[in-house]
Amino acid sequence: MSDIAERVKKIVIDHLGVDAEKVSEGASFIDDLGADSLDTVELVMAFEEEFGVEIPDDAADSILTVGDAVKFIEKAQA
Amino acid sequence: MRRVVITGTGMVSPLGCGTEVTWARLLDGRSGAVRVTGFEVDDLPARIACMIPTGDGSDGTFDPDQWLEQKEQRKVDPFIIYAIAAADMALEDAGWHPKTDADQIATGVLIGSGIGGLEGIVEAGYTLRDKGPRRISPFFIPGRLINLASGHVSIRHKLRGPNHSVVTACSTGAHAIGDASRLIALGDADVMVAGGTESPICRMSLAGFSACKALSTARNDDPTAASRPYDRDRDGFVMGEGAGIVVLEELEHARARGAKIYAEVVGYGLSGDAFHITAPSEDGDGAYRCMTMALKRAGISADEIDYINAHGTSTMADTIELGAVERLVGDAAPRISMSSTKSAIGHLLGAAGAVEAIFTTLAIRDNIAPPTLNLDNPDVETEIDLVPHKARKRTIDVALSNSFGFGGTNASLVLRRYA
Repeated sequence: MSDIAERVKKIVIDHLGVDAEKVSEGASFIDDLGADSLDTVELVMAFEEEFGVEIPDDAADSILTVGDAVKFIEKAQA
Repeated sequence: MRRVVITGTGMVSPLGCGTEVTWARLLDGRSGAVRVTGFEVDDLPARIACMIPTGDGSDGTFDPDQWLEQKEQRKVDPFIIYAIAAADMALEDAGWHPKTDADQIATGVLIGSGIGGLEGIVEAGYTLRDKGPRRISPFFIPGRLINLASGHVSIRHKLRGPNHSVVTACSTGAHAIGDASRLIALGDADVMVAGGTESPICRMSLAGFSACKALSTARNDDPTAASRPYDRDRDGFVMGEGAGIVVLEELEHARARGAKIYAEVVGYGLSGDAFHITAPSEDGDGAYRCMTMALKRAGISADEIDYINAHGTSTMADTIELGAVERLVGDAAPRISMSSTKSAIGHLLGAAGAVEAIFTTLAIRDNIAPPTLNLDNPDVETEIDLVPHKARKRTIDVALSNSFGFGGTNASLVLRRYA
């Protein structure tokens, strides 16, 4: 796993209080990890803070899984 | 109107987590006052407070992890966590866990707070200033709103009846129990989870109440001696934190399921001083009318009162309340015991009236008046027994609990032994 993926995973574990093994690349925040709509807003804020990127609302709406977040951040930082 | 009884109690207090541990320590004369820890207080006039003892849950300590996952704790101010814990305890004590649609819809929640999530508002203010609006959490608003204590308790236990909240400063807890009792009496609910919660111990609140000249500042080095209602050397209240929640129930509903009945809520009075934003009217008329209304509703005469849990904050207002009580009870003064449990737990603001209503309930259950600590030199001469220093065993069948708040808002509850 890339450094970005590890950091994303850590944020997801901290914020959603889930076990590390559940946080796979394909895991959906809402369907698999028990997040609600407010949790996902806060997750996106935490990604912005951690990686120093801005995630516009329309982009945030398409970040549904751990992998989506990693891909967006890798692209934003490239 | 239908009769209302108390069938469950729960609390988190500066004397411990749980009703019975708090009650035992209260009767033992212990104080919850300490020098404030957890944040800088050296530049504040008041550096002491009555703080909830935290720990792993043993020896009466409060462990928030036992009540709410850490990830959920981060989303709310502590007043909501205290309410969740106290409500869990109260429902467990009452043995009421509604499963059917009908039972869930017949059960409501009415928990208030005087201030709500002040600390979280202060923190979010810094975030807004330093990092901008995009860094304000989506949980900022729902984690601070006062009625979210009721909201969380309702969601957690699937209580789908009336969902309400009270905000009347230091009268909040008493108003919540009184209003919830009315909802049952009028048939809008059969069971209500009611009370007050507060988590005010933060720099902003200590600074604000200090500015109002409300807090004790003379005994920062001797915290347990600072809250001294009726004593000539009192100089202000000591802030406290916690929650008190009761399960109120329609009498026949409680009897039908064989519930344990602590006491009956027989009277509730409310009044306004219409005088000053922070000071009570000097003639005590608001307090007098409030108590009178509660007794009238109860159909009880003043000379039947055995015990009064006073508002008694350890401020100059103590003597105003005492004067109002003397006017109310007249020649019956010598038969009455009246104590201020704020001498031990401090002033829990919006939770005070609820925690003190529970103490009043237990005073009836156990026939014992909890003490007024630190009453070394009474400032007043009275025939009323102010229960100095030590708890007093005595018959208590009828008891009154007073709460008065900023804005001139007053509430009195009358409780009676259920026999």
